[in-house]
Amino acid sequence: MAYIVPRPKLTFWERIYLPAIVGGLAITIKHFKQMLLGRTNVVMQYPEEKWDAHMPEHYRGAPTLVTDDKGRERCVACQLCEFICPPRCISIAPEEIPAESKWAKVEKRPREFDIDMTRCIYCGMCEEVCPEQAIFLRKDYAITGITRAEMVHDKKRLYELGGVFDGLVHKWNPRK
Amino acid sequence: MSFLASPEFWFLVGTSLAKTLFLIFLVVLPMVSYTVYAERRVSALIQDRVGPNRTGFPLTLLGFRHDFSPGLGGLGQPVADAVKFLLKEDFVPAHVNKFYFWLAPCLAMIPSIVTLAAIPFGSEFLGVRMVVADLNVGLLYIFAIASVGVYGIVLAGWSSNSKYPFLGGIRATSQMISYELGLGLSAVPVLLIAGSTSLSKITAYQVDHGWLLAPFTDGKLTLQEALLWIPIVIAFVTFTISMFAETNRLPFDLPESETELVAGYHTEYSSMKFALFFLGEYTAMIIGSAVTVVLFLGGWHFPFIPDGSHGWFWGLLNIVTFFAKVAALLFVFIWVRWTLPRFRYDQLMRVGWLYIFEIALINIFLVAGILAFAG
Repeated sequence: MAYIVPRPKLTFWERIYLPAIVGGLAITIKHFKQMLLGRTNVVMQYPEEKWDAHMPEHYRGAPTLVTDDKGRERCVACQLCEFICPPRCISIAPEEIPAESKWAKVEKRPREFDIDMTRCIYCGMCEEVCPEQAIFLRKDYAITGITRAEMVHDKKRLYELGGVFDGLVHKWNPRK
Repeated sequence: MSFLASPEFWFLVGTSLAKTLFLIFLVVLPMVSYTVYAERRVSALIQDRVGPNRTGFPLTLLGFRHDFSPGLGGLGQPVADAVKFLLKEDFVPAHVNKFYFWLAPCLAMIPSIVTLAAIPFGSEFLGVRMVVADLNVGLLYIFAIASVGVYGIVLAGWSSNSKYPFLGGIRATSQMISYELGLGLSAVPVLLIAGSTSLSKITAYQVDHGWLLAPFTDGKLTLQEALLWIPIVIAFVTFTISMFAETNRLPFDLPESETELVAGYHTEYSSMKFALFFLGEYTAMIIGSAVTVVLFLGGWHFPFIPDGSHGWFWGLLNIVTFFAKVAALLFVFIWVRWTLPRFRYDQLMRVGWLYIFEIALINIFLVAGILAFAG
């Protein structure tokens, strides 16, 4: 159904349009002045200032692997993260732990563990699915590299980023 | 023929060349670069951002470990822009009309630069008058040459053989032709008062009688000056509005309106050819500001600063004064651009033909009446 949009009746000063222009110019010059005098503080000078200190606990940055307090790698190469990963950026090559090793009863460990950071979408499903709490999303967000090969994090780099994670496996604790 | 062999002739040639080179390479082109920079910084500050403030030298490209940023803020940005424009691929699409496609950027740039010749940008420096060509039809010359500038835009739009540039070209044609009327008629009151179309004479009149927009700058205010001030303000407003439209600046930037026409008439251009349009547009802004300064704001004159016949220092100061006034007007250009939204096409035509044209026309009779009866 057609209907007529009611147009407001404009006064003379509104119709000649110039007072509105002057008003607009006053607003923009006010912003200009405030910014020039440094009274507006809305910009973070990124490479020098970072928001790392204000980052929330639940921030999902780069996925990493962690070792426990005795230096053992937690990952048992079950490959659940590899299967759950939506963009399929994780690739794991498992190997058997040799029988003479002290931890031979764990049976499996990753020989290679690569995460392709050009594909990772930081969804955190790998962390959620991991039965051993071996993979965690840490707070690193500026993952850069000059080549594609550099963007693939191998096992060594993942442990470097992840570091040591103390304590029991607390997957079912309310804290996590 | 004896004049051609005389030392006066060669002195004239030499000083004209020196003035031209000074004006183009030492004043206008740097001013254009830094107007672009100012545009980005001022727009950023108006929008509560910071803008380009850390342009340095990319030494890592040459194999060094770190880039060098000498703490100049973003003042290196125009250099970086120029280098980028020069190094980019100059791509000519297969579907364009090659001849006119190449001609258009030149036609956008050349008229803007040629109009510089008639502008008196200073009083006198070491005995040489600071105007390249002191034409007795200076203002008419500027209007005539500046209106050639529309051909650059129209040819660019037409030769690109693509719909958005074409629409931009059409808009440019109608807009610039409509507003030339308002521009010319708004300048007539000034010509009536100063009694000359020579820009040097108009400046000289304002040095003697006070700036037209501020008639008290000569120290006294007569009844006639006070009466004339009202139509002069009206003429100044209509002149400025028409000039915004002539230079395709917001709120009249319909030929290149980014939101509707991609980039308007220069959509198909890249690299240095695009840069020429850019330079042409900003040079036109500088010329427009310079003409406004000469017509309404007293040219190079500033109260208590004597002219250049009193010494080279004052001559230099007069030149600086002139370009400081131009820079202030350029700031207004930028300020307005980041405040106002764009006109709709029919609103643009309505403002040009129904308001600016009529107001300017009536204003001429007002000034003529005041000059005749209150003189």
